[in-house]
Amino acid sequence: MKNLLKYIITRIVLTIPMIFILLTLVFVILRIMPGDPVSAMLGAHAPEEVIEQKKEELGLNKPIIAQYFDYLNQLIHFDLGESMIFKQKVSQPIKEKLPATIELTVFGMFFTLLFGVFLGAYAASKRRTGRDYTIRLYANIVYCIPVYWMGLMLQLIFGVWLKWLPIAGRVSARIMVSDFEKTGFYTLDTLLAGDFHAFGDVLLHLLLPSITLGIVLSGIFVRLTRANMLDVLRSEYILAARARGIPERRIVYKHALKNAFIPILTMMGLQFAILLAGAILTEMTFSWPGMGRLLMERIYLRDYPTIQGIIVVFALFVSLVSLFVDIIYALIDPRVKY
Amino acid sequence: MNTDKLTKGSAKDNGGNSRYASKYSVAGRVGGVFRWFISSHKKYGVEWWILIVGLLIILFISYMALFPQTLAPYSPTDQHAGPQLMPPGPGHLLGTDNLSRDILSRIIYGARTILGVAFVAAILSSLIGIPLGLFSGFIGGIIDRILSLIMDSVYSFPGLILAIAFAAMLGPGVVNITLAVSVVYIPTYFRLVRGQTLTIKEELYVEAARAIGAKRWVILGRYIFPNVIATVVVVFSLNIADAIMTEAALSYIGLGLPAGIPDWGMDLSMGKKFLPSGTWWMITFPGLMIMILALGFTMLGEGLSEILNPRLLER
Repeated sequence: MKNLLKYIITRIVLTIPMIFILLTLVFVILRIMPGDPVSAMLGAHAPEEVIEQKKEELGLNKPIIAQYFDYLNQLIHFDLGESMIFKQKVSQPIKEKLPATIELTVFGMFFTLLFGVFLGAYAASKRRTGRDYTIRLYANIVYCIPVYWMGLMLQLIFGVWLKWLPIAGRVSARIMVSDFEKTGFYTLDTLLAGDFHAFGDVLLHLLLPSITLGIVLSGIFVRLTRANMLDVLRSEYILAARARGIPERRIVYKHALKNAFIPILTMMGLQFAILLAGAILTEMTFSWPGMGRLLMERIYLRDYPTIQGIIVVFALFVSLVSLFVDIIYALIDPRVKY
Repeated sequence: MNTDKLTKGSAKDNGGNSRYASKYSVAGRVGGVFRWFISSHKKYGVEWWILIVGLLIILFISYMALFPQTLAPYSPTDQHAGPQLMPPGPGHLLGTDNLSRDILSRIIYGARTILGVAFVAAILSSLIGIPLGLFSGFIGGIIDRILSLIMDSVYSFPGLILAIAFAAMLGPGVVNITLAVSVVYIPTYFRLVRGQTLTIKEELYVEAARAIGAKRWVILGRYIFPNVIATVVVVFSLNIADAIMTEAALSYIGLGLPAGIPDWGMDLSMGKKFLPSGTWWMITFPGLMIMILALGFTMLGEGLSEILNPRLLER
């Protein structure tokens, strides 16, 4: 137990320099790159004094080192600064849009696991048959499909041709969000408000974007699950279960799968970064009002503080998730020595 | 009794057949290549065909990129190629877009952009990442730890978001997008090469080389680097596949290129606007091409990987 605590603390301590490096990287990218944000904002024809005044206001005239320490100082106090374009703190739009992205990411991961793990387990149980090879082919191809293209094709088929599912937004226009909005997680909010009609609507809107994410990322999980399942299915306790007459399906999906799950858990954490990136593209495709679309909007508007704030939030998320996964892995797998 | 020695060195073998004809005639050579081809399959299994298919895809699309004029019926920027928004049909095999441009031609010319950016970005990344990895792994010590920490942090960050940040700050343009994409993959090469260097450094032959007085650079260049190459080539191919996806994604969200240059990602984002009216041909074909090109490089990489480092037979 004492060892486990030591491991966790060491891991947390290691995360701090990584976050620090990422924050510095973000700062470098956004400040030391060519291009003057103020001219871009005010237009190149604005009078000199106006540009200078704006720069003074935003603190861009101080030496880079001073700006860097200002930046770090702000972050330590959890202050992400203020938007250059709108009169708002950076944290405000982020707080509004973050739940949308999280909801999309969670459902996306759900479908990824649903497709990936079960297809992988099935392929392992039907090893070396045509079905196995087909599933492996699927896994290899799917990784090369651009997320947004898959989204567009699904929109085309299910939204335009079949008209079964909506293709944009989180809710239909007829539903008043303010009726139930509380946490920002619409699935939760509608349930809490007891509005099942709205709940169904929210789910319908979630379906296409999440399935898009799910399909494209499932390939890796198919391969991973299949490989692990092949090992587990060869072990002696599985043989014993078969000898006892337990039906094959229960053996594969209940006993074997549970034991093969640990590496899948770690992979989930590693894939989180890719899921976030995919979420940005999916949000653009489905007009999903989340962090990804916010990022792109602010990039077009050249609102550097907000852009910086969003990327900082992403970096923190990724670091925390990877830390979390490492700790869970150490807790669950008795073979890990710490 | 083996009579081969009787005829050894002469122009005819024991069966009276000419030894030279099959070796030097054109038909003989072609047959020989063919035979080597087929026997390679027996040696390497299905991965060989995967490699070949990948190679064919890449060669075909490279041809499209290098000699588009021989394939495209119209100019990609010609806004009077035909009627507006026409579905695929005679005259316009893949249809026309909202500015009356022929989509087939845009696809053919678009190959140049995407392949060029991805390839150059991959080369840039490797030119920076590989030497850094060699150096870091070989030197060890505090420099190695600092570099590793930096590279690991960048590596753990979602690549696309990093590329978006760089592209957003650098602005539109082919050069900028290439730089943005290449930065993302430097840690990949670094980690790979550093890991290999660390392993090879402990090998006996490196110790022997040091014992006979080989200088550091000689050890790095002559002993470590050649052993690293095999894995690097595989990663290079897979890297190009990834770079293709990243470049297409960047131009899809509008960060990439000015409007004049035909690009598959940008065509997708243009076609998106016309999707609700059922204009499927504007989005289907560019996306399909991105997928096929990425698949080609992936197949090449996986095939090469199996051939250069064969996996143990799956039980």
